[in-house]
Amino acid sequence: MSAGVLTSTGVVAAGRARRTRRWRLIVTILAIAVVVAFCLSLMVGRTFYGPDEVLRVIAGQKVPGASFTVGVLRLPRAVLAALAGFAFGLAGVTFQTMLRNALAAPDIIGISSGASAGAVFAILVLKVSSAATVSVLAIVTALATAGLIYLLAYKDGVLGTRLILIGIGIGAILKSLVSYLIVRAAAWDLQVAMRWLTGSLNGAAWSRVLPLAVAVAVFVPLLLGQARNLDLLRLGDDAAAALGVRVERTRLVAILGAVALTAFATAATGPIAFVAFLAGPIAARIVGPSGSLMIPAALVGALLVLVSDLIGQFAFDTRYPVGVITGAVGALYLVFLLVRTNRSGGSL
Amino acid sequence: MTTLVAPQRSPGVAVPRRPLPARLAWLGIAVVALVLVATASVAFGSRVVSLHEIVSAFTGAEDGIAQAAVRGRLPRTILAVVVGATLGLVGTVLQAVTRNPLADPQVLGITSGASLFVVTGIAFVGLASPMAYIWVAIAGSALAATFVYAIGSLGRGGPTPLKLALAGAATSAAFNALISAILLPRIEVMDEFRFWEIGGVGGATYDKLALVAPFLVTGALICFLSARGLNALALGDDVAAGLGERVARTRLLAATGAFILCGAATAVAGPIGFVGLMVPHACRLLVGVDHRWLLPCSALAGATLLTAADVVGRLVARPSEVDVGIVTALIGAPFFIVMVRRLRMRSL
Repeated sequence: MSAGVLTSTGVVAAGRARRTRRWRLIVTILAIAVVVAFCLSLMVGRTFYGPDEVLRVIAGQKVPGASFTVGVLRLPRAVLAALAGFAFGLAGVTFQTMLRNALAAPDIIGISSGASAGAVFAILVLKVSSAATVSVLAIVTALATAGLIYLLAYKDGVLGTRLILIGIGIGAILKSLVSYLIVRAAAWDLQVAMRWLTGSLNGAAWSRVLPLAVAVAVFVPLLLGQARNLDLLRLGDDAAAALGVRVERTRLVAILGAVALTAFATAATGPIAFVAFLAGPIAARIVGPSGSLMIPAALVGALLVLVSDLIGQFAFDTRYPVGVITGAVGALYLVFLLVRTNRSGGSL
Repeated sequence: MTTLVAPQRSPGVAVPRRPLPARLAWLGIAVVALVLVATASVAFGSRVVSLHEIVSAFTGAEDGIAQAAVRGRLPRTILAVVVGATLGLVGTVLQAVTRNPLADPQVLGITSGASLFVVTGIAFVGLASPMAYIWVAIAGSALAATFVYAIGSLGRGGPTPLKLALAGAATSAAFNALISAILLPRIEVMDEFRFWEIGGVGGATYDKLALVAPFLVTGALICFLSARGLNALALGDDVAAGLGERVARTRLLAATGAFILCGAATAVAGPIGFVGLMVPHACRLLVGVDHRWLLPCSALAGATLLTAADVVGRLVARPSEVDVGIVTALIGAPFFIVMVRRLRMRSL
């Protein structure tokens, strides 16, 4: 009898070890894919530079031509793409896990629109020109938007469903404000408009990368520290509390971290459509039912933005901003959801 | 897992039937209100015209600047009245057909479908005649609505208001990205589209009005004819079928009417949100839930609301103006939030 129990514990332990190995393998593969995409976006362009030249530029050597093209144009763009994708992916999966709804990403429930509205208001109405000030304003408005949504959703406690719907309502107001400001702007600048409507990496510079890099360094560890608690929240508030999770505290930290990441990333690149929305579900399909989704989703986000930007820049006659490409991917994903019609596993 | 259930005041059951004189009185008041705002719409603008001058413009007694201003504002006023009435009808029918208190052409992403189809038609098929725009917009509305409804029905619990609203928001975001993808290489289409996209009645002409009139009349007739069927649908599919109603046919017919109206209105005035959301709820309080009363009342109230919103938009930003689509979003989204807060949420 006791031998049987022992064996079954052994089986469970072996299964857990196998799943952990599988999870580590997947994360490693995703990380390698991100690095490959990153290097590709440094090498590919109007002029192709080989890995050796790119490496020498990164090492700080002077390479005629490549120093400018790779060092000044491509490197900030690629870093910005990777960081923004990482931030959007992590923020998206945090919201989806916390609200227990695969459609409840920060770009759908109005948080990105808050950041966008703040940035557009700063640029077009307050005539702010420094990227840092614009970022600060975008972050303040995104936090204020999230706070407002949270307050409005509060009625004998906050319910995920009510929070999502109120977020959609607030998002509608902010989006109409953004379009109004842009359409009424004296000089219609397509690049600026596209950046704040769908997200774009054009005009990437180190001054825009820096605030986002700091935010990623601060808030990513904060969120990853809550990964276990967040995964337990998926079981429902009561079950999580019974397992020793401080539910409200976890939720508050998660909201703060995810909103901050969304806000900083939006301030740097605009609301790149659907990255936050797609990263979680894609990661869930790759990783499977066991194992944390946070790191895989963040890597998937980075990969999505890097690859979409490459496609947007070079696959067509027109250079499309990255948000247009990710948006089209999002449309395909919605169709895929329909076609799959997996009723048993449907947890929309 | 939390889900949303229809509110107690769902189309149909809990609201008491209003006495006939009260209903007639409210309809009368709605007519008076409409006449008042229409007069205001003709009178106010960058030049304020007196009542005497308005009358003289119609009788042809005098001919001056004031009379010219009145004649210039007349098509715009008529368009606002007609589109507002249309949106009121569309909202009422959509809320009844989907049994969803949050249904609205913009919330459900239907207007973005119309936009996407029109843009696609202009860019790829060389669509040029306004008549063709209307047909294409109707087709786009119908397809987008079906798409959103299908996505919102995935998973457990069928099409709840939450899932429909999320599916609508996600679909709009995806369609908007596709619209950007089509427009970016075609700067000349884009320049026209960006003004149309916000939704406004400023570009009204008698030609446009004559063009959409047959569509609006047909759509409105279909909606009015299905009023009795919509009353039966409010009881729930099973009860309605038990009472001898052919549920699927009623739903299809009423929805077709709504798509014709929505597509035609969007083709002439651009996407205008939230009128269809607010009006039916207000009218249900005034004349009760019988669609034979509710539909005319919604048409009158929608016309009043949109015309008033247009006047407000012209007054607050003189000598410039705020497009009516922005004004309705600014009034309507808070209304949406109040609605959400009143919905009964049930924890499972």
